[in-house]
Amino acid sequence: MSEKTYLQAISDGLREEMRRDNRVFVIGEDVGVYGGAFKVTLGFQEEFGAWRVIDAPLSETAIVGGCTGAAMMGMRPVAEMQFADFISCAWDQLVTVAAKQRWRAGTPVPITVRLPSGGGFSGGPFHSQNPESSFAHIPGLKVVCPATPEDAKGLLASAIQDPNPCLYFEHKHLYRRIKAEVPDGRYETPFGKARMHKEGDDLSVITWGAMVYTAEEAAAQLDGDGVSVEILDLRTLVPWDKQAVLESVRKTSKVLVLHEDTHTGGFGGEIAATIAEEAFEDLDAPVKRLTAPDTPVPFSPQLEKAFIPQVEDVVAGLRDLAEY
Amino acid sequence: MATETAVDVVMPQMGVSVSEGTITKWLKQEGEQIEADEPLLEISTDKVDTEVPSPASGTVTQILVQEGETVEVGTKLAQIGGAPAGNGQAQAAPPEPATAEAAAQSEAVSSSEGETPTAAQVEEVRPAEPEPEVAPDPAPVAPAADGATDGKSFVSPVVARIASEHGVDPGNVQGSGRGGRVTKKDILDFIEQGAPAAAPEPAPTIAVPAEAPAQAPAAPAPPKPAPPAPQPVVAETGEHLEPMTAMRRGIAEHMRRSLDTSAHVTSAIEVDMSNVVAIRKKLKKQYEAAYGVNPTYLSFVARATVETLSEYPWINGEIRGEQIVTRNYVNLGFAVELADGKGLIVPVLKHAEGLNLLGIARGVADIAQRARDKKLTPDEVQGGTFTITNPGGYGTFHGTPVISQPQAGILGTYAVVKRPWVIQDDRGEDVIAIRPIMNLTLTYDHRLVDGALAGRFLRDLREKLQTWDEAAY
Repeated sequence: MSEKTYLQAISDGLREEMRRDNRVFVIGEDVGVYGGAFKVTLGFQEEFGAWRVIDAPLSETAIVGGCTGAAMMGMRPVAEMQFADFISCAWDQLVTVAAKQRWRAGTPVPITVRLPSGGGFSGGPFHSQNPESSFAHIPGLKVVCPATPEDAKGLLASAIQDPNPCLYFEHKHLYRRIKAEVPDGRYETPFGKARMHKEGDDLSVITWGAMVYTAEEAAAQLDGDGVSVEILDLRTLVPWDKQAVLESVRKTSKVLVLHEDTHTGGFGGEIAATIAEEAFEDLDAPVKRLTAPDTPVPFSPQLEKAFIPQVEDVVAGLRDLAEY
Repeated sequence: MATETAVDVVMPQMGVSVSEGTITKWLKQEGEQIEADEPLLEISTDKVDTEVPSPASGTVTQILVQEGETVEVGTKLAQIGGAPAGNGQAQAAPPEPATAEAAAQSEAVSSSEGETPTAAQVEEVRPAEPEPEVAPDPAPVAPAADGATDGKSFVSPVVARIASEHGVDPGNVQGSGRGGRVTKKDILDFIEQGAPAAAPEPAPTIAVPAEAPAQAPAAPAPPKPAPPAPQPVVAETGEHLEPMTAMRRGIAEHMRRSLDTSAHVTSAIEVDMSNVVAIRKKLKKQYEAAYGVNPTYLSFVARATVETLSEYPWINGEIRGEQIVTRNYVNLGFAVELADGKGLIVPVLKHAEGLNLLGIARGVADIAQRARDKKLTPDEVQGGTFTITNPGGYGTFHGTPVISQPQAGILGTYAVVKRPWVIQDDRGEDVIAIRPIMNLTLTYDHRLVDGALAGRFLRDLREKLQTWDEAAY
């Protein structure tokens, strides 16, 4: 074990995977010579060479399309979108080709698309989004949203080895802010297994990504009032750990679903609906959703704060549930 | 139509640091007309007590916060104009933005003219012509009480499930959630603290007319206390067990509940019945010959009581939630014992204010007979506003009856007894005479009726019985 930042853990995971499996290669904008916009692949080209760490033209379509073709030919490509927001350019390759290929022709498409996502640093509308729910809606794609360095590394290994296209959302706000112990050596963190971030008895927060930490700070405030909050980190949205969520609901009967993505059609709606369907008789309060509002992400720091759920928003939401 | 646009009246910000205010008095009621800037209500805050002027002219269509309630700044208090009833959006009407600016402005204006922020924009919405008065409802609903019980009555899915699994009535559980709602934790704690594991015999719900001493359907029965764990009752040597009848359970429940609800106090007065005795002596033959009806002493007392109640509406009234209910009618209940002495029923003589002595005597005879024959309809044992009980038939001269909920009082009549009585002779000298004396007791709910009011009531009742001539009955 050694303490690593979230960013280092991603970088280590990728490097280890490339070392042990030479089908794995990296492609993206400025990932080679420059080492990536966030330096995840710094030094990779020196170690693995320009053919395994490919600087791509500014064409997400070409990057994902190229990866899809390579994967069908037996490679394990890892594409980097410089910002998750840019993936909309590759929608067609990803959704029409990669996601459906296995159903159409039985060909696995083991690609991993790394998506630096999330806001909190005034990145504005094109550099701050969390578009995970758009892809969670597409059958054939897997959606991964690690919150901790340990998971970032283990889930990346799983994504690369998974025979399906995997969207790996790495939250930019966690890159250097979050440091934690990470196991040495290679390991895989399984998909579809939620992580109990904090156990509690009175309220459940179902969340993922950077919101895990927002929820943690909020829960600490409620602990002071004698309200015990459980935080469940889903880790992956496709597949998502329905069982863990329902177990938590059965325990606490009051649920807050929290995400940084916008409200309408956000993945929180899917979770809330599932709880209503499968744990209705365990509910002691309406399932509450706390999300960003249905607007683009604002530039202004003040507005961005108003947009992204803050600790005090979560505290208020939890109090409301506690008092219900 | 009232003012076409509904204008909200909100709790004004009476200074930057003031966050809430208490309604002390509504100066206008629902249905009344009001001019813009005319005082609508009085409020009390940490800083000031002041009047709040109406932001618009029109009809007061809704009052949402009752006197005595404390609400946050910006809470909608009433509506001027618009549709009279809640149109769905009323409750959710967004409060005026309580911005610092608005607060500062409102603090700058002196409190007497402290306009709510809407005042300016509603100037032009005065009604074009005078409004037809909306007739005030004689029995206004009590929104406050309703609001308070909403949360309590909602049972969440998990509470419903736990309740059914453990045979617990959530109504018996003290709720700690919003609005008194029973939370999952509440019901689990309740069960842990020894609520019965299995449903005991269902609580007596008696639909038969012969129910309780008086039916009290107007006020919802408060949650029954948690039933003790059902243990088989065993007869000791020499004891005999007999199951309680539904009526006995109903009486037991009602008696207990009444004592738990009202603050019972009894005042007594002695009445010289000479006058009544004389009138009755004359009328008795006449009534029996012409109508087959016996004008009992009870009828005389009832007739005088109805008349006196019209001057004491609170004694004919009721506490309902936070409201005091008064009426322009008297539904007079009479406690009637059943033939075997095991049971009691209180049939009600509706609209007794419209009956003369004959009508009352006939009505009492009719309902008493049908009570003993068990031929009363449920309607005839409901809706009483005041009750008379007459335990004097066996010679008792005093008692402290229990109020029939949700009424405010019960009159007891006792035996007419010949007593040595000090009176004044023609020369104004005190002499002792033999007079027929009856004690009357008024047992009243001291929450609503003060002792002095009860005393005045009894004094006036005595006065009528002692002085009324035949024509007055």
